[in-house]
Amino acid sequence: MTAVLSPVTPAELADAVRSAPRVLAVGGGTKPRMSRAAADVVKISTVKLRGVVEYEPSEFTFTALAGTPVREIVATLGERGQYLPFDPLFSAAGATLGGTLASGVSGPGRFRFGGLRDFVLGVRFVDGGGRLLRLGGKVVKNAAGFDLPKFFVGSVGRFGALAEVTFKVFPRPLATRTLRLDAKNATAMTEIFTAAGSARWELDALDASPGEGAVYARLAAPAPALDALAKEILSRWPGTVLADNAAAKLWSDVVEAAWAHAGGTLVKFALTPSQVPEFVAGFPAVARGWVSAGGNVGYLSLPAGAAFPSFATATEGKPAFAWPAVTLRGDVALWPGAPPRFEVMRAVKIALDPQNRFPNLDD
Amino acid sequence: MMKSPSSAAMLRRLTALLPAGRVLEAPAQLAAYESDGLTAFKTTPLAVVVLETQDEVIATVRFCRDEKIPFVARGSGTSLSGGSLPVAGGIVITLNRLNKILRLDPAQRIAVVEPGVINLAVTAAAQPYGLHFAPDPSSQSICTIGGNVAFNSGGAHCLKYGMTSNHVLGLKAVLATGEVVEFGGASREQVGPDWTGLFVGNEGLFGIALEITLQLLPRAEMFHTVLAGYRTLEQAGDAVAAVIASGLLPGAIEIMDALALEAAVAAVHAEYPPDSAAVLIVELEGPREVVAADRVRLDEILAKSGAVEVKVARDGAERMAIWKGRKSAFSAVGRLSPDFIVQDGVVPRRRLGEALRRIGEMSREAGLRCANVFHAGDGNLHPLILYNGREPDGLVRAEALAGKILRMCVEMGGSITGEHGVGVEKRDYLPDMFSADEIDCLKRVRAAFDPGELANPGKMFPVTGAPALAQHGMHPLEQAGVISRE
Ligand SMILES: Cc1cc2nc3c(=O)[nH]c(=O)nc-3n(C[C@H](O)[C@H](O)[C@H](O)COP(=O)(O)OP(=O)(O)OC[C@H]3O[C@@H](n4cnc5c(N)ncnc54)[C@H](O)[C@@H]3O)c2cc1C
Repeated sequence: MTAVLSPVTPAELADAVRSAPRVLAVGGGTKPRMSRAAADVVKISTVKLRGVVEYEPSEFTFTALAGTPVREIVATLGERGQYLPFDPLFSAAGATLGGTLASGVSGPGRFRFGGLRDFVLGVRFVDGGGRLLRLGGKVVKNAAGFDLPKFFVGSVGRFGALAEVTFKVFPRPLATRTLRLDAKNATAMTEIFTAAGSARWELDALDASPGEGAVYARLAAPAPALDALAKEILSRWPGTVLADNAAAKLWSDVVEAAWAHAGGTLVKFALTPSQVPEFVAGFPAVARGWVSAGGNVGYLSLPAGAAFPSFATATEGKPAFAWPAVTLRGDVALWPGAPPRFEVMRAVKIALDPQNRFPNLDD
Repeated sequence: MMKSPSSAAMLRRLTALLPAGRVLEAPAQLAAYESDGLTAFKTTPLAVVVLETQDEVIATVRFCRDEKIPFVARGSGTSLSGGSLPVAGGIVITLNRLNKILRLDPAQRIAVVEPGVINLAVTAAAQPYGLHFAPDPSSQSICTIGGNVAFNSGGAHCLKYGMTSNHVLGLKAVLATGEVVEFGGASREQVGPDWTGLFVGNEGLFGIALEITLQLLPRAEMFHTVLAGYRTLEQAGDAVAAVIASGLLPGAIEIMDALALEAAVAAVHAEYPPDSAAVLIVELEGPREVVAADRVRLDEILAKSGAVEVKVARDGAERMAIWKGRKSAFSAVGRLSPDFIVQDGVVPRRRLGEALRRIGEMSREAGLRCANVFHAGDGNLHPLILYNGREPDGLVRAEALAGKILRMCVEMGGSITGEHGVGVEKRDYLPDMFSADEIDCLKRVRAAFDPGELANPGKMFPVTGAPALAQHGMHPLEQAGVISRE
């Protein structure tokens, strides 16, 4: 294994990409399964490629180098009363902006205004030919050229190395309140997800802990509005209001996946609320899980070494579930759901990385 | 135009492939498809095929691939950048009859639709469940979801809710290679590279969307719509800055200037505060308790903003009247001038005032009138350039002014298009935004989807690859004989 390269500037990143026949960019290492690659692949660390390039609060946008830690950005935005509404994951653990974008994971706040894909505006990246390219834009609205910035969301570094990213941000809500609602089983959770999803309250986050039999609903609004909204929700489902510090700890634990098995496997699933019961029912006894974004995201955590569940009787070695899934941590397949692959996907890979410098999507 | 024997034979093969009556060839039939919303340009296609099923679309695209015939997908033809302008020697594939809402699932809050479904029809179908489809281009009563997807269309609510792309969860498409693909799905979450996101906004250059999964949002319980008149555009711009700085996140922030107001008054008898050189529309939305708290803050800001008058919509009818005036502005300008071009550029919001001042100066220099209607919340300008197409150089001067405005947008750090796409009209300005390497990268991606350059060729990319100069004389497409003027 060659020494890790640590570029400091976008130009150095381009040099680093060109310096070896097989490379992969790695950020904070908080989602190690995504950056696992064959032994001949040289890792390019982005941790020194950091800093805010541009931040103009009145524009609701910022641009930062890809290795900038998410927690630094969260703090910078916070000073100006702004935030990334999708609650980027693993902020305390050291996730970088580029790694967060490339892994395509969003936290509980994605429920209201959308996930990371809905806030990325532009990227600067090095393609497989070693060229430094900027696509998308730096303003909140732009329709020129194909939307490669969105394409990079979830692309796990297989199509290019991110150098710089531009995001849209929002003003932070004046106040929040978190309710813990009883949901004794997954069917009860789905019922709450469905009803709350189209209710008038405009919840900010709606997660569930299958292990606890609880749904957590977060309101974000001017303080005077919170009492009435909370009261109405609690008149519909039994539950309690969390104290502010308990709520802060809860959401920070969700963002850090503190509920998961330490050192174990962590897999994200794209679900619909009605699939939640089947998802939860498929958990082996050792598993822990979390359901996010009103039943649209499921996380499964297994202790290290535990076998991946089949979720039903698997036939001919194929997983019996049809939910798209990706592994963040642990020693299981990167794409456990065996997603459909189309010819055009290979063609796009060749377009952006003709020499196959970055690993393939399915490597 | 006379058809060559080989084209005639090709069209006979195409006709044989489809049910009777689907291939239109008569000049009178083709005339309706010669232009899109950018009416200054027209091209007669070889034929127009009127398709009704996904299988027919797939078969037609594969036919085009095998016979190397360029094709242009067409929804309602309202593109303002020449996106659905036919290609000489090619066919137009109309999708209006693929207009079924295949599935509406109020529990998951999604609609699965065919591409010819009208934007507003989605909201109409969702309304009984208290849901709506957020993207609301002013053309929403006629434009199709297929067109919205191809252009990543916007509307008045983009700052808070994003563009079409932010509401497309998945899609099925036939690519120009003939491959049928399915990206994304019913979940709001994505896994793996965002292929859906890459497809949206492709301007018809990848293939044809056959089925689109849209997310629906709950309709806001309450709206608070305010219209404020100002003596100067700058004051209106300053009010926007103050609203943004306050930490409010309105659903919409729109501005219309004096000429746009005049047009709206003439066309739909809209009423505006007297002596206003600009009108600002701000709309808050949400649960009633939230709107009640937010409106106190908004009212305070507007009270201090030097407005001539601040009108609050007291009910749904008054709110609709405010929006009617705004949404009719484009077509209303037709009352003031025989011809006009709707431009679409973006500048950083803090530079809106400066941008408008410069647009004013440039239009005075050009001797043309220019009305401004814009999405002030996201810096998206829509200068409406008035000209007379009967004057020999009318269109050329108007296009030259439009070009200057676009260059100014790029110089200020913005974009040549916020929502109308590059199409034919702005393709020569793509190099102002992107380097040669970046354009090469975009072209490579296009080639992955369409190696034969058959899907909507001649759009988005500059034709020669050389950076565009100001358009002197004929439009390059006219010189090439690809298009001609009415
Ligand atoms: C009065 C007026 C107001 C407007 N206001 C707005 C506005 O506020 N915001 C905004 O964003 N736009 C606006 N527009 C522009 C226009 O309405 C949008 O671009 C719209 O999305 C086009 O839809 P359409 O069905 O007319 O598409 P068309 O014009 O028929 O086609 C547009 C493009 O999409 C491609 N296409 C169509 N269907 C498909 C498909 N199924 N698969 C692949 N490609 C396809 C075409 O090839 C073409 O390139 C306005 C236009 C007018 C005339």
